[in-house]
Amino acid sequence: YTAGGSSGAAKVVAAGLLTVGGGVGGTILYAKWDHKFRAAVENNVPYSDWLLGLALGPAYQGDIMKQVRMDSQHVWVIIADCFEKITGSEFLPHSEASAEASHIISAISEISTVPAPCDTESAVKGHCSPWSPSLSCFLSVSDCSAAVSASLEECLASSAKATLQAIGAQEAAVQAITQHIHKLKEAMEAEVPPPEKSSQWKDLEAALADRTSAVNDAETALLKAKEALDSLKSEIDKSKGLKVSAVRPLVLAAEENLHNMVVDLDRVVTKLQSAESESKIVSQYSDLVNEAKLQFQREVSSLTPEIQANWKGLTGKLSADDLNALIAHAHRRIDQLNRELAEQRVREQIHIDASLEQQKLEDQKALEKAVLTAVQHIKEDTRLEQERKLSELREVMEAEMRTQLRRQAAAHTDHVQDVLKVQEQELRADAEQVLGSKLLEQETSYRQLSQEQLDNFTLDMNTAYARLKGMEEAIDSHVVAEEEARKAHQLWLSVEALNYSLKMADADSPTMPLESAAQAVRDSCHDNDFALALATALPEESLQRGVYSEASLRARFNALRALVRRVALVDETHNSLYQYFLSYLQAALLFEAKQEAPPGQLCSEDLDPFRLLSYASFCLEHGDLELAAKLVNQLRGEARRVVEDWLTEARLTLETRQVVSLLSAYANAVGLGTTQAP
Amino acid sequence: MSEKELGKKWDRCLADGAIKFGTGLGLGIVFSVLFFKRHTWPISLCSGAGLGMAFSNCQNDLRSSYLLHRSQKEQ
Repeated sequence: YTAGGSSGAAKVVAAGLLTVGGGVGGTILYAKWDHKFRAAVENNVPYSDWLLGLALGPAYQGDIMKQVRMDSQHVWVIIADCFEKITGSEFLPHSEASAEASHIISAISEISTVPAPCDTESAVKGHCSPWSPSLSCFLSVSDCSAAVSASLEECLASSAKATLQAIGAQEAAVQAITQHIHKLKEAMEAEVPPPEKSSQWKDLEAALADRTSAVNDAETALLKAKEALDSLKSEIDKSKGLKVSAVRPLVLAAEENLHNMVVDLDRVVTKLQSAESESKIVSQYSDLVNEAKLQFQREVSSLTPEIQANWKGLTGKLSADDLNALIAHAHRRIDQLNRELAEQRVREQIHIDASLEQQKLEDQKALEKAVLTAVQHIKEDTRLEQERKLSELREVMEAEMRTQLRRQAAAHTDHVQDVLKVQEQELRADAEQVLGSKLLEQETSYRQLSQEQLDNFTLDMNTAYARLKGMEEAIDSHVVAEEEARKAHQLWLSVEALNYSLKMADADSPTMPLESAAQAVRDSCHDNDFALALATALPEESLQRGVYSEASLRARFNALRALVRRVALVDETHNSLYQYFLSYLQAALLFEAKQEAPPGQLCSEDLDPFRLLSYASFCLEHGDLELAAKLVNQLRGEARRVVEDWLTEARLTLETRQVVSLLSAYANAVGLGTTQAP
Repeated sequence: MSEKELGKKWDRCLADGAIKFGTGLGLGIVFSVLFFKRHTWPISLCSGAGLGMAFSNCQNDLRSSYLLHRSQKEQ
């Protein structure tokens, strides 16, 4: 159990480790794929950012920058950065530089009202000059002004660059000057220990060097800027000379640009000048101070040659004489200074007046210069304003002209529309007329044709109908004839059947009942009275029971003959047994001819039963049942009674046969009649 | 069949005759034995009577077709 337990524990541990490892690995992988998840994990789980940084590297922020679209704000920022790079000075305050840049760019951005989208990205990626983004707008203007715009753009770019440079240089110079002044003041007034003083003087010298270099740079930059501005001016004049209307706004904008640049340049130059003047004063002051110091130094050194410049630190080293001499010198100096001060006070006013005059002159000069420049600027401004107003006016005029033209065009179109309408109506009327007439023609012709067709058709139909009628009649007659023939045939057939059934009789038994055959005959002739009468004339017995054939009758007669012979003497009066005996005796003793041909006429002698019998027998033998029956009918008395049945049978047979023969004859006749002779 | 009628009549006659004769004979014998002490005359008498009756019957039968019977008369 222990082994199982330990393996169980090991299993549990292994499973736990696997789970944890899987969870961590999965988290890392998903954080690699989904940055938001990574950020969330880093926020919520401590030390996860370390782990994830270890596993995946730092969180990649660059894609966010790429995804942000370059709008003008970012352009400004980037442009400001580029501007910094151009000037190369790191201590330029952001606000100043961006103010300058934004001022110029705002002037430039008025150019961007020219209809064309600006390719800011490419501009930023390209020169990184602040004016180039909007300048590339020029590229999309029409071809005839493309050259002009290109040249303008170039000049503007170069002049802008130069001006910026100049401004930057001026600013730098101003800064250097102020710095220098400050340092100078510090150096002069501050009470610092000697090593620091020397470092201060060194700083001062460095500042002085900086200032001179900065001032030189500023001057050169100013010259360059002035050159560039002049070239731009000439370019603008040239493009003005082209007199292309599309260029005018560009030109105007370029002029405004130029003016702004000039203004800025002048401003900066004045700033520089003021700074310079201030520095002059300060330097004068410092010179004076230095001079005085030197003088004093010289005096002190003349008095006390062994004591060096830094007399301030020698308080313990000086003797009493030196001190007295020094104090006397100091007193004398003070007296001298007082006298000079009094002199100065006296001459103060004159000096003040002279300096005032000088100042006045200088001020006047400066004023004149300033006025001149201001006048120039104002002139430029007004001119530009005028130009702008002109262009606006021109635009307005053009718009008005366009509206007037549009109105004219509208009027023209209206007129044209009216004319067209009238024409259309006329043409329509004509066309309708023509159409109507054509249609009428077509209709009449069509009617004619259709009428013809109808007539033809009617004719054909009539003929066909007549023929059909004829055919029908013929067929009907045929049918009738056929019907008749069929009926006749049927009658004949039925009669034949009857006949046959008559013949088909066994000996000594009657035929089959003739009812069915008779019915058939009746059916086949139910519209023929004669046949019907005949068919109904068949005796009932024959129908019900059938009739005997001649052969059977003959046979029967032969049987009967003996009996008739025996009862020949018995009749109504002689009918006792004795008569019977006598008749029997007669029959035994009398011999007659078996068959005797009957005469044509019967006499009384022939009425003897024996003779009659022989006659009848003869007739029967010769197939003449009728005559036989007639002869037998002559028997009287008991003979007659004995023969009665036979006679009826014979009669029936004869009747039937007669009817059948009649029917047959009739059927034959009818059949013959129905067959058509060719 | 009318021709068979006669035959039938004759059959009846004979049968009747035979029966009558037989019966007569029998009766005669009986009478003779019983009443007439074995004389033969009752036998012949009775048999003769029988025969005679038979004859008469036969004759009537044979004649019957010529005679008008009462039933026919009354119709």
